[in-house]
Amino acid sequence: MADETAVCKEEEALLPAQEKRARAREREVPVLELEGLSTVFPTRRGTVEAVTGLSLRLYRGQILGLVGESGCGKSMTMLSILRLVPYPGQIIAGEVRLEGRDLLKLPMREMRHIRGKEIAMIFQDPMTTLNPVFRIGDQIRESLRIHGILDERRWLPDRTRRRREWEKAVELLREVGIPMPEEAVYRYPHEYSGGMQQRALIAIALSCEPKVLLADEPTTALDVTVQAQIMDLLRRINRDHQTSIILVTHNLHLAAEFCEEIAVMYAGRIVEQGPTADVIRDPKHPYTQGLLECIPRIGGERRQLHPIPGNVPDLIDLPPGCAFAPRCPHFQEGCLGHALPLKVISPGRLVRCILYY
Amino acid sequence: MQQAVPATGFAAFRYVWGIRLRLWGQGLREFLWQLSRHPTALLGLAVVVLYALAAIFADRIVPYNPLLGDLNLRLLPPAWEKGGDPRFLLGTDLQGRDLLSRIIYGARISLLVGIVTVTISATVGVILGTITGYYRGWLDDVISRLADLLMAFPLLIFAIGVMAMMGPGFRNLILALTFKSWVEFFRLVRGEMLSEKTKEYVEAAKAVGQSDLAIIASEMLPNIFHSVMVLATLRLGEMIIAEASLSFLGLGIQPPTPAWGSMVSDGRSYLTTAWWVSTLPGLAILVLVLSINLFGEGLRDILDPRLKIE
Amino acid sequence: MRAVKVLERILITIPIMLGVATIVFLFMRLTPGDPVDIMMGEAGFVSEGEIENLRREFHLDKPLWQQWLLFVGGALRGNLGNSYTQKQPVAALIAERLPATVELALGALLFALIIAVPIGILSAVKQYSLIDRLSMAGAFVGISLPAFWLGIMAILIFSVKLKWLPVAGRIDYQAGLKVITGFYVLDSLLTGNTQALVSSLKHLVLPSASLGAAMAAIVARVLRSSMVEVLRQDYITLARAKGQHEFWVVMRHALRNALIPTVTVVGLQTGVLLGGNMIVETVFGWPGLGRLAVSAIYARDFPLVQGVVMVYAFTYVAANLLVDILYTYLNPKITF
Repeated sequence: MADETAVCKEEEALLPAQEKRARAREREVPVLELEGLSTVFPTRRGTVEAVTGLSLRLYRGQILGLVGESGCGKSMTMLSILRLVPYPGQIIAGEVRLEGRDLLKLPMREMRHIRGKEIAMIFQDPMTTLNPVFRIGDQIRESLRIHGILDERRWLPDRTRRRREWEKAVELLREVGIPMPEEAVYRYPHEYSGGMQQRALIAIALSCEPKVLLADEPTTALDVTVQAQIMDLLRRINRDHQTSIILVTHNLHLAAEFCEEIAVMYAGRIVEQGPTADVIRDPKHPYTQGLLECIPRIGGERRQLHPIPGNVPDLIDLPPGCAFAPRCPHFQEGCLGHALPLKVISPGRLVRCILYY
Repeated sequence: MQQAVPATGFAAFRYVWGIRLRLWGQGLREFLWQLSRHPTALLGLAVVVLYALAAIFADRIVPYNPLLGDLNLRLLPPAWEKGGDPRFLLGTDLQGRDLLSRIIYGARISLLVGIVTVTISATVGVILGTITGYYRGWLDDVISRLADLLMAFPLLIFAIGVMAMMGPGFRNLILALTFKSWVEFFRLVRGEMLSEKTKEYVEAAKAVGQSDLAIIASEMLPNIFHSVMVLATLRLGEMIIAEASLSFLGLGIQPPTPAWGSMVSDGRSYLTTAWWVSTLPGLAILVLVLSINLFGEGLRDILDPRLKIE
Repeated sequence: MRAVKVLERILITIPIMLGVATIVFLFMRLTPGDPVDIMMGEAGFVSEGEIENLRREFHLDKPLWQQWLLFVGGALRGNLGNSYTQKQPVAALIAERLPATVELALGALLFALIIAVPIGILSAVKQYSLIDRLSMAGAFVGISLPAFWLGIMAILIFSVKLKWLPVAGRIDYQAGLKVITGFYVLDSLLTGNTQALVSSLKHLVLPSASLGAAMAAIVARVLRSSMVEVLRQDYITLARAKGQHEFWVVMRHALRNALIPTVTVVGLQTGVLLGGNMIVETVFGWPGLGRLAVSAIYARDFPLVQGVVMVYAFTYVAANLLVDILYTYLNPKITF
């Protein structure tokens, strides 16, 4: 049987756009690559395996969605990338490569150069993520100062540099769509609305023109209408600056609308990955199928919602094999054997399930 | 067939309180179990109990009369020092009085002043706080203003002022200390009343037709009880130190009644030669207050670690 | 905007000061016993005429509300009456002793802050480490210590046994200090008198430490717990994610927030400082307001006691006012 991946160039032009991009990407070097990342938390009851053997590739200008329920380890993955895992957790295995350099091996001094400059992160609840005692403009300026963005001519006196910092801050606020940025820049976080705060956070993240933006549930704490605005903003940034974005969310629909590629996580592992349209139209992993089944859809046919039976497993000392097995309608012998790796079933399409072996 | 729950009258009252007491008993057992997991709090409690027992049975356990001294035996060092006499474990003071006996008797005064002061302050504070917190109105305004004013005085300054005017002595001491301390309890209870009042169970009780007094007594006070207990324990140590300080200045308990503060003051003049006369009573204070605070902290951890009382 | 808030706070203290003065006044007048009798108690047989004179001199013959007006009016003009025993205006006596007390209070405050702030920060950053446990244990003992006993023990150890520091007083007479402001440390600096400087500092150490110990303990505890709370917050994680150095994360982002509740506690603790002031001055023979108060009380010198109590109360109110103002600068969220 012919190898599915060896298609000649003429036929390539006829493939759907997403798959075309996927193949093109395989020839590129990813801007961010995670390989076999594992992060654990030792606790009194046992070791919480928050992230296990996670591998991911993010290309330039790509928007990747990391989807999963609360507690599946997606936030911890993001924190692991920046080595911000809170004590007592630690990264015990794997590599995180930014344009080829392994971040996990860097001395902290260099890691700090990466944080905020090469890779920036925005968090879930903007009200608690902004420092309440500093003005928004000051918080933006801090990023600029840390990474010496406006420092090229060191002989510039302090006052000039400060003025330029404020100007840049106003510019950034304008770019993220905050009205009257010249005044807004002197305000405190509590004087902003939720949506504005999140925009301000995005402005801080953008201040050093990062290559990668890690967006951890950026719209979860916001109203639905504001959600759409923020997502538009992120889309625009991705387009204008070619910033790669990893969007972490539990909202599959949000990911579907926004991301080119989706990776579904369960219990610390990726269970399915692929171009968005494929994954949504034709979910391969039973968990993904279950997720799509239990989300109501407006405008579609009326059907019954089927919640996935059972509960999300406790991440302490997971049993060997597939973590989803106890809840899986296709459960069979062999599911609880040893853990299966992700299988490539077509270019850019991966599943971790015994059904596809 | 299930036993019918009485709906009205005395039977109902008894039924409800039967359940309440049983829950309370369970709560108590839970509390004691929690306490056993806090070794420092237990240590504190044990020491306090020791002091209390010493104070109560002072008459019987004291080796010598604290008020009478043998001038031939004055300024004897403690038994373990050179020149010490094993009959006088902690030595004697300038008038030949046994220090150990005096210290034990001193516990009486300190504990008595401390407990009485805190109890009265707490009671006054709770009553006023409950009334103003629940009913508000002009009474609330007046008392709150008064409380604010009293807060403008540091405790010791106020107490000294009062003692200066009214003269020293046990009764005036209690008065002086209480007069300033009730404010803290008042503020605490009033604050809690105000926040509890907005909670739903009060609405529910009113909807059922319970009288105000019943609501306050049965629903709200138990919740406030915890905070009051913690505050009382934490302030007990402060009161004891305040009493000792006043006695030290000669404004508190008057001689010849043995009070730790005045004992320390007496020993000052011959600090170089007879260090024990000042040191040991002060040490007694330290150990007692330390134990009270240990217990109080443990209490706070158990009852509500989120309470921010400093 | 802020200036308005600050002005508001200042204005509110005026009725409070008035209330304080009134309470002090009432206490003097409403205590049992005729003040003249108490004054005259020691003097033996006194003629009717002298008693009358005395009454008139201290306005005791007028109705209560008039006395109150006279009292308040006088106080506003700086006239706090005359001392019974020292035959001088109370205000003058207080002014004479004030610098000594202020110097002591500042010394204690400095001592407390220098010790408490680094310890509080360090204990929070290295939570549960040895230094944390030791510091908190120490702080715990610190809040259980009676200040007068601590002072006496300090004297016993450092003055008597080790002979490092002097026992009592403010300065050695041999230093020959020319007093300008009344603040001996300042004066020795101003007159370039190093011997006096050393002497005054040596005399200041133990009393400041005794007075400041309790405050240090409490501030350390509160600062630590605020810092621990703050370090858990999301904005600290963001600060790190921005690439900020850990030192600045702690000192800029965390500390600014943690100071907010701490400052309030410091304000309340100044009351303890003022109260303990009397005791420490007595223990160390420090010639300040506290000792004046104590001797005035012994002598039943009402106007003097009254004056001193008022000064103390006012200072406390002023200190809290300062703390409030500081608070408005630290915490941008508050609205009045």
